[in-house]
Amino acid sequence: MVQAEINKNEWTQVIEPTEGIFNFNLRELWRYRDLILLFVRRDFISVYKQTILGPLWHFLQPLFATAVYTIFISIVKVPTDEIPRILFILTGVVLWNYFSSCLTKTSNTFIGNAHIFGKVYFPRLVIPISVIVSNLMSFFIQCLLLIPFLIYYHNNIHPTIYLLAIPFVILLLAMMGLGLGILVSSLTIKYRDLSYLIAFGVQLMMYATPVIYPLSLIPARFKSIAMLNPLSPVVEMFRYALLGRGTFSLEAILYSSTFAIVLLVIGILMFRRVENSFMDTI
Amino acid sequence: MSTVIKVENVSKVYQLGKVGTGTLASDIQRTFARITGKEDPLLRVNESYDEKAIHVALRDVSFEVKQGEVLGVIGKNGAGKSTLLKILSRVTAPSTGSVKMKGRIASLLEVGTGFHPELSGRENIFLNGAILGMSRDEVRRKFDEIVDFSGVAKFIDTPVKRYSSGMYVRLAFAVAAHLEPEILIVDEVLAVGDSDFQKKCMGKMQDVSDKDGRTILFVSHNMAALSSLCHRAILLVNGNLDAQGPIGEMVKKYVHVNADNVLYREIEPEKTQDPQRARLTKAWIESTDIEDKIITINNSFEVKFEAECFEDDLPLNFSMTVRSVLGQAIFNSTSDLYVAKKGKFSGSCKIPENLLNYGKFTINILLAKDKSTPLHLVREVLTFEIQDVRENETWFGDTSHQLIKPKLAWDISA
Repeated sequence: MVQAEINKNEWTQVIEPTEGIFNFNLRELWRYRDLILLFVRRDFISVYKQTILGPLWHFLQPLFATAVYTIFISIVKVPTDEIPRILFILTGVVLWNYFSSCLTKTSNTFIGNAHIFGKVYFPRLVIPISVIVSNLMSFFIQCLLLIPFLIYYHNNIHPTIYLLAIPFVILLLAMMGLGLGILVSSLTIKYRDLSYLIAFGVQLMMYATPVIYPLSLIPARFKSIAMLNPLSPVVEMFRYALLGRGTFSLEAILYSSTFAIVLLVIGILMFRRVENSFMDTI
Repeated sequence: MSTVIKVENVSKVYQLGKVGTGTLASDIQRTFARITGKEDPLLRVNESYDEKAIHVALRDVSFEVKQGEVLGVIGKNGAGKSTLLKILSRVTAPSTGSVKMKGRIASLLEVGTGFHPELSGRENIFLNGAILGMSRDEVRRKFDEIVDFSGVAKFIDTPVKRYSSGMYVRLAFAVAAHLEPEILIVDEVLAVGDSDFQKKCMGKMQDVSDKDGRTILFVSHNMAALSSLCHRAILLVNGNLDAQGPIGEMVKKYVHVNADNVLYREIEPEKTQDPQRARLTKAWIESTDIEDKIITINNSFEVKFEAECFEDDLPLNFSMTVRSVLGQAIFNSTSDLYVAKKGKFSGSCKIPENLLNYGKFTINILLAKDKSTPLHLVREVLTFEIQDVRENETWFGDTSHQLIKPKLAWDISA
């Protein structure tokens, strides 16, 4: 018996039909940290190769989006909590971009990487995590865009101590984007419909989130419904930190955090469940 | 020596046809029915999860591999080789059973996995190395060696999309070859590159197993490569582990079970032909010095045939053409004139040893009158395979694409 025990412990790898579902296996992920960084590098470098404007695209896309939305809310005269419209929109767009690209790109994990997954083993979570990180880099670059506007409008804004909480805001967004993204990617293995759904689903989510309008615009009786969206307090908190205007409460942030954690755990569990055998169905 | 891979009762079952129903609604319906114990509403009466709806790619396969061993995996297409390797390399999970391993495992299921066309050779070496499980320091340490081995040093900072396909593959293989896993899985990668490069690869593989004592699982259809590299082999037939043992025996067994060879055939009369004057009825291959129906380069063998003549005093010739399995004619040989009486008769043609190289061959036999009028032509009447024997030669030599291998007299003097 004892002998058998010892022998069993010697095996460094045991492949079995289903691994325990609560097996997060973070240590293995850590061993592959170099791979995560290299994927980040690949994503980052390869996107703008053979484009004339190169990394400038990081700026152009949010600038265009901001221009369009600013014109739109100027026409329909959406109040922006006394924040200059362009700055109001830009903060929203930059932040939303991060969430939406995290979500859409991670939701494609299995289908988009089937050719690699079919050949080599590495922890599959490496891919979505690298997406989160490389998007974070674009987010930082896009944040640079904010600087000239912040300087220009420095009289109209009042940054608060919550600036220190911005990393936390980003973490929440990353967790929700990753959690939902890998959940969707696990489901798209069987239901391809979801990959079509996600494209305009993200659009709809944006309108349900105070990105191009302030939460304060929502009439009081609908506010509780609006607050159900865990993204709302996050966006509002970001604006409050940076510009001094925003509607959020501690409870709302707690709610968002809980939501993010639960979503991420469910996402990882689903992801782990399918990663072993998805190659047979895809 | 200790066991580094232990495969226990591994089976892999694939569901055929549609996976799920494709829509969420009907799947929920189905799951709900299962939970409540009702019959699946989406299954037709005559349609159920029976044997027809599933494909068993592997059935109860168990074997062990010792450290430092080079194990060949032999089997026809569809025998389950790739499935087995996929399970071992963790690309997919087994349906039942377990695999236990010691040490890092790396597969060369296909070289160049994850190469990004826009990145330079240098960047791809790091990326590919990491995908295969190397740390960045490891790649950095071996970087020069990898570049040397691939022979693309000049283009190392060029995006790989500008590489020729040969350069691409060489670079990819170079990375893979410098992995230092305890267990290496190699699947037919040797089909790539020119013969020089192949030689390099085989040398590298041999190095890895001889010097470093690593374990290799090698899958190939090339019996020559298998025999020279492997110590032992497992033979898969239709998903079952048919046999395991020393490589020589397994190769013989494989050739034996390989039904593609036609060593005996009775020829059906053809209806469309005009009233026949004579026809072939039977052909087979026979040899006194072959065992287990294995013909090697060193064996002579006879092509025997029976024919039937429907007239008296018909002057007949037999003409035999030997072709490679790809259809290339190698030689033709014609018999002397034989004046046949009405009735059956038989004949043979001896193919000497040291004439055909290893490989697969087919035979056409033509029955003709007076060396001029064809009476009966049977195409590909027999198919046979000749096995390689290597004696005191480096195995790879330069024998890959030659159809004949005669022994010639050499004279070298000062």
